[in-house]
Formats: sequence, structure tokens, C-alpha cells
Amino acid sequence: MSLVTVTRTQAGTSGILDRIGIGHIALAAALLVYPAVASEFFLVQIGAYSLIWGLIALSLMLLGGYGGMVSLSQITCAGIAAYIVAIFGTNSMNIHGFGWPWWVLVPFAVLISGLVSAAIGAISVRTEGIYTIMITLAIATAFFYFAQQNYVLFNGHSGYAGIPTPQFWGVHWRDPLPFYYLCLGVSVVAYVAVLYAAKSTFGLALQAIRDNPRRMRAIGYDVTAHKVLAYFYAGLIAGLAGVLLVWFNGRVSPGTVDVSQAIDVLVIAVIGGLLHPIGPFIGAVFVVLIQTFAIDIVGAERYNTLIGLVFLTIVFVSPDGILGLWQRLKPHLAQAPLRPSRR
Amino acid sequence: MNIKRRVFLGLALTTALTVPALVVSTDAKAADDDTIKIGVLATFEGAFTVLGEDGMRGAIMAVEEAGGETGGKKIELIKGSSDASPDSAVRAARKLVEQDGVKVLIGPLSGDEGLAVKDYAKTKPDVTFLNGTSAAQDTTLRDPAENFFRFSTDGAQWMAGLGDYAYNEKGYKTVATVAEDYSFPYTQVFGFMAEFCKAGGKVPSKSWVPIGTKDYSSVIAAIPDEVDAIYVALGGADGVNFLTQYQQAGGQAPLIGGSITVDQTVLGSKGKMHDVVIGTPSAGPIADNNDAPEWKAFVEEYKKLPDAFPSPSLFAHGYYVNMKAALMALDAVDADVSDGGKKLRETLAGLELDTPTGTVKLDANRNAVADMYLTEVAEGDDGNLYNKLVKVVPQVNQTLGIPEAEFLALGAVSRDNPSCE
Repeated sequence: MSLVTVTRTQAGTSGILDRIGIGHIALAAALLVYPAVASEFFLVQIGAYSLIWGLIALSLMLLGGYGGMVSLSQITCAGIAAYIVAIFGTNSMNIHGFGWPWWVLVPFAVLISGLVSAAIGAISVRTEGIYTIMITLAIATAFFYFAQQNYVLFNGHSGYAGIPTPQFWGVHWRDPLPFYYLCLGVSVVAYVAVLYAAKSTFGLALQAIRDNPRRMRAIGYDVTAHKVLAYFYAGLIAGLAGVLLVWFNGRVSPGTVDVSQAIDVLVIAVIGGLLHPIGPFIGAVFVVLIQTFAIDIVGAERYNTLIGLVFLTIVFVSPDGILGLWQRLKPHLAQAPLRPSRR
Repeated sequence: MNIKRRVFLGLALTTALTVPALVVSTDAKAADDDTIKIGVLATFEGAFTVLGEDGMRGAIMAVEEAGGETGGKKIELIKGSSDASPDSAVRAARKLVEQDGVKVLIGPLSGDEGLAVKDYAKTKPDVTFLNGTSAAQDTTLRDPAENFFRFSTDGAQWMAGLGDYAYNEKGYKTVATVAEDYSFPYTQVFGFMAEFCKAGGKVPSKSWVPIGTKDYSSVIAAIPDEVDAIYVALGGADGVNFLTQYQQAGGQAPLIGGSITVDQTVLGSKGKMHDVVIGTPSAGPIADNNDAPEWKAFVEEYKKLPDAFPSPSLFAHGYYVNMKAALMALDAVDADVSDGGKKLRETLAGLELDTPTGTVKLDANRNAVADMYLTEVAEGDDGNLYNKLVKVVPQVNQTLGIPEAEFLALGAVSRDNPSCE
């Protein structure tokens, strides 16, 4: 529980193949050829949608897994990016819609999302554990009600509709195949960035702060600054997901950022596991699949009960989610944990 | 070791992604030719669950009436659920259309959902959409979708006769409105004010509250003292909460009800409210004590269903009417939608339907023209309250009898439109 050891694969001695990892290559190949076997519905409504939710959960995993800060306001950051795309881009509501081109709009939305996240971090960083959850939940709830009742900026309950996905390089990016690859590309970038950040000086310091903030402060690290910076990075990832989400739906309304969505992000991250950045994506695939098809298994009246029971079972059997389940089932394969258990 | 672990992780994720795709997509293709799939989209979760379940009862009634088959094919109902948010409605619709492969879809239930599903319908010209009970005006009036049909009328039509009745019969000259803050109540207030303002009435104050509001004290305080009556368009628990708090605050003004305000959930509640709501006029697509034999037969059939209410709600009625229209049209084309539903939609457009509430036909925008019912809350012999039928307003169209160009010039419904202060 004290010292931090982060696995460094035998990077120096082995080739590039080992550095990337065969698992990653297999996964990348599978995801690249996935469109060949998947129907349009599975490509976008399951595939791309899972990647988007995986991204939002990844931003929570970055905070929770490496920083020990569980934030429920990641959906708020994504929602703010989505609203910015609606307000400063184009929409069919004839409200605002300044028509900025996508290459200004997207970086702007993502940057604002990062800054908002950093601000949320600055507010909540001095709290710990359940108090962080409470304060971020309060922020998420407040933003939901504000968006619902503010008409000048957020257009109230109706929100914004008719938000187009840009077309450039001769591609309409909302068509199933391009949209899937767009989501995949963004996810890969974010995933690699998180993996890299975890092994960077900053990432190591962040994990050390998670494990023992007092010692880190005594050594001379600025604990608050590290945590706020982690929030900023998480906000960037959530912002990217928010932009994809608003393109996916073509609309954004307070329902996009309500409390149940905030809880969904947490559920996805916990179900998948906070041990490794792949966890949120596994969780997202799992949650999206079960939310979509539970109604076919048990009918319309009780399917939310089934969803709840499955989640309960996973968390009960394995507190570390599906990732942890894997490690429990195959202990001999998990010889090199990514970080020491804190329990 | 590390590598092995990652391989497994990769494989696990791959399997999770691809296997269901393979399994389910073969499933969908294996559907045989002697069944016709119909999707039903309603709210089976969230605040409107009870309403969605009643809508489903209506849809099932229409299917049972048709003997479970149409045009010689067996009907297979596939349910989709939303939580009344537009996002979830479109997601559920996408699943029904793109995954389950339905060519006919009935739904959704509430206003904003209807607007969103209409937009989605435009991207699926081969699929025929029929409304459930969503009643926002612009679902069919402005920028409609060619393949979206509404046999269940909109919220402004439901108000037919009420504004006139309030001004001329009840003698209310100024009315304040309290309504929920989304497209359906906007449409209801519009329908009421269209007549009321035309007759000479004034509406000095309009309050819009979020769905699920519990504390109405600030709203009640904002209602001007000198109004003759308050028009309330709040659904379910919101309506009960408002009426209780208004009466506790010593409010004396009589009430005028929206279509889902003074329904059985309010009328069935005990206490002083019992006396307050007597005499409240309201209007809507159905009336509980309608004497027409078709309606009585419909109520009898409805009561046989498990967990049914004492009398069908307008949600059961709306889904019933739309499902019935779909089945009649499907029957006429032998349930053949292999031409992308073109024949089906032509049949629907020309359909004249006999419903429990009179004849229904469509206008050029595929919105229903139907009879509306003006009601008033009355006390029955047994002391229970019910909505007494005052009069039937025959064949109300979407523009409320105003020429279409003039009606469109009034502008889209919103918080601020219409206005007559």
C-alpha cells in the first residue's frame, strides 16, 4: 500500500512488437475488420456507441484508477462539449448556431470541456472518497437543472436538435462506416494517450499521490496541481466523447446529461474495471449490449431489473469488474499486475 | 506473461463485439414470410411508465380484435422502450427498425419523442411510422415526414371547444396558465388560447414548470390575484401536487383542465380537493361516459385486459387507433411491404377509420381529423368524480378550423407563443 511499482514491460530488450503487445495488435485487427461482419446496427448503435461511452468512462478511469478520484461529473464535461457544438456550430432550432467550421469548433469544445473539468477538479480536489463523489454529483445535478431551465443558452427542456456531422475529405462522417472508424480512431488515440500518461513522470506522480498524498507533499510535489491537471486531461477525453455523442444523436438535451447518465458512466467504469484503460471499453460494450437486448430477453416490464441484477452480480463476484473477474479466473496468467492492489 | 494476458483481453473484447453481431443478425434474417413484424415504442421506464403500459394495452386490443393476424400473416409485436426522452426514443426506434427489422412502427408516447422520431423517420423512407399518442403540433404540421402518420390528433386539437366554453359559458375573462415545460403542454396551451383569445379573453400570466416539480409555492405566488380562472396542463403526480398546494395556499380561482390533468389519478384522490375540482371543464380525444355504443364496447373489451384501469386512458385509445389503422391498411395490401411500404402508405393516406370515438381521416400532412370531447368534472351518484360529457366537437382538424396559411402565420408553439396579455 505504500510504494508504487508500475510495470515496465521489457521495453528495452524486446522489439517493437512486444512493446505494443500482441493483445493490442489482435484487438486492433479485430476492431478494424469488425465492420466486415457487423450489420449497420451493430456497427453504429452498438460499436460506435460503445466506443463513445467507453471514452467517457475512460476519462473517469483516468481519474479514479490513477488518481483515486471518483468524479460523477464527467458526463457534465461531455455535455458541455456537446452543447458547445450545438450552440457555436449549426442546429435546426434557429437558436444561436453561429456556424463555426468543425476545425475551430471541435478543438474549442474539447478545450472548454477540459477547462470546465479542471475547474470542477479545483473545487473538489481537497475532498476525498465519498465527499468527492458527492460534490461532483452535486455539480452534475446542478448542471442538469440549469440546462433544463435556462432558455437563453441551453434552450431548456427541448435542447438542440438537427446538429449535423461535418463532411470533409469527401466523406460524410455520420455514415455508418466512417462514423465507426472516427469513433475508433478517437478512442485509440485517447487509449494510447492514457496508457502513455500512466507511465509518464506525471502519471507516476499521480499514482503516487493516490497512494500517499502526504508523503508526496513532503517530498515537494504540488499535490493539488497534479490532481487538477489530471482533471483537465480527463475533461479533454470527455469533451471528445461529447462531440462524438452529439454527432451520434444529432441532438443534445438535458436528458443527455441527467443523473442517470452520470450513474451510467460510473457503472460502465466499475463493470469494466478501473485497473487498466481497456476496462471502460469492455464495460461499455457489455452495458450497451445488455441495455439494448435485455428487453428481448425478459420483456418490456422487468428488463431494467435484469440489467440491475447482472450489474449487481458482477460487482458482487468481482469488485474490480470484468477485468478483475478475468484476473480471478486465471490467476496464473496475471503475474504482472499493472499496479499493486490497494485492498 | 504480460503478452498472454493482453492477447486474452483482446480476444475477450473481440468476442464480445462480434459474436452477438453474428448470432443476432442471422436471427433477424431467419424470420419467415408468413409473419409481419410490428414495432411498438412506448415508455416502459421512467415517469410515464404507467401511461406507456396503458398504451401497450390499447395496441394489444387492436391486435386481438384483428385475431392476431392481418392480410393473412401472423402479427408479431416487438416492444421498444424509452424513458420519455427524445434520445432514448430514437435509440429504441433505431433498434426496432435496424436490428429487429420492423417495417411498421407504432409510437412514441410523448411530445418531444414524437418530434425526434419524426426526424428519424425521414432517414428511413422504407419504414412506415404511425404515431402512438405523442401530441406535439410540429410532429406533423411543420416540416413533416412523408412516412409518419398520426391517427391520434395533436394537443391543440384536443382543446377544441374549451376556450370558447370557458369564455362564453363559464364567463372567465382573464385566465392564468400553469403547464409543464415541453412541447406537448405548449401545444395544449396554444389550443386553449387560440379560441379563448379569439373570443376576447386575456391571459396575463403563463407559468412553465419542469416535469416532476414538487414545490409549487413560487408558481402559486406568481399567479395574479385578479384572474377568473387557472388553466392547468400538468400530468399525473404534477397535477395532484399543484392542485393540493394551490388549495392549501387558499387559492379560490376555479380551474380549467388540460387533457391529462383531471384524469382518474386526480379524481380518485381523497380530501378537500374532491370539492375543488367539481365543475372543472376540460377537453380531449375521449370522454369517460361517452354514450356511443362503439365507445361502450371498447371500454368493455378494455376492462378484460389484466391490470386495466376502470376506464381506458387516452394513451390506450391513441395506441389502439393507430394500431387499428396500421392493421386495416396492412390487411388491404395483404401485409405486403416488399415494395418499401409504398402501397401501404398510399392506403393509409386514404384510410377512413371507424373508431370508438367516431370517424377519423387524415389531412394532407397525414394528421388526423377527428371528433373531440368537451367534458366537465361531475360527482356521480356513488360520490365518485368523473368527467361528464358536455358536448362533442365534430371533426376537428389540425388548424382548428382556421385556414392553413393563416394558422401557420401564428408561428410555432413555444413558451411565448401565443400571447394575449
